[in-house]
Amino acid sequence: MSPMFYFLAGLTVLGALAAMSLRNPVHCALSLVVTFAGLAGIYLGMGAQFLGLAQVVVYIGAVAILLVFVLLLTRSAGGGEQEERAPSWRMAVLVGLLVAGVMGSAVMTVARWVPRDAAPEPVPVVQIGRVLMTEYALPLQVIGVVLTVAMIGAAVLAMPEKRGVKADRGAANGKDVVPGSGGTSPTRESGRSVS
Amino acid sequence: MTPLVAHLVLAVMLFATGMAGALARRNAILVLVGVELMLNAGNLSFVAFWRYGPNPDPQTGLMFALFSIAIAAAEAAVGLALILAMFRHRRTTHLDSLEEMKG
Repeated sequence: MSPMFYFLAGLTVLGALAAMSLRNPVHCALSLVVTFAGLAGIYLGMGAQFLGLAQVVVYIGAVAILLVFVLLLTRSAGGGEQEERAPSWRMAVLVGLLVAGVMGSAVMTVARWVPRDAAPEPVPVVQIGRVLMTEYALPLQVIGVVLTVAMIGAAVLAMPEKRGVKADRGAANGKDVVPGSGGTSPTRESGRSVS
Repeated sequence: MTPLVAHLVLAVMLFATGMAGALARRNAILVLVGVELMLNAGNLSFVAFWRYGPNPDPQTGLMFALFSIAIAAAEAAVGLALILAMFRHRRTTHLDSLEEMKG
């Protein structure tokens, strides 16, 4: 293996460890960017140019930025800093080490059966586009539908709730609704008082 | 160490790190970060098997990794929207304070 791979692998693992152990959540998100960039470099070194660029665009450009946005949006106003780690975090680290041991031994066992000389040429981007449009046309359509549904769902989930929904819920609970006036036709005041 | 084993060991380390973090952290966003790390480890093993595995098909593994990245993006968007909705109701993203469904 080239020294470049070891450098990138070390960078990736260090970024991951920092992302999972630092105190400040914003620092965690920025270390995650280091991990994503290291993985993109590893993809490029393996000859998967398109995948490396997709990693940069999707993970660094979209997912990490989204994480930072949500971190800043959910900065708790007051309430104080709660304990970040679970009380049983040592057990979690132990479980991680066990998983690493089991999967690592599985990799070492399986590696003997894989021939060494299999190394296809890097796939040019033109061929990826052609295959996406012919052989993988149906999965591409399905992934488009999935992304659209996820986008609409995320927008609906993150949207502020409508006043009418709250009024209906207040009427259903029978809370703060004057008998006779509420219930069937909740007014704007009753909707506001529930919130 | 063959290239395949080196890449798979890196993927295992990433996966274990993400899993330990997802179990240990109590901020919902950082748990999502751990899940992202695990997904990236899976992607890395897809690409490693595509490049160094015995399968002569030139692009199947690459396509798998590509679609996996798209699914991960959708998952991150929905997960973060859920966290935002949760924060709007509870004013916190601390997971230990969400115990209504505890049996």
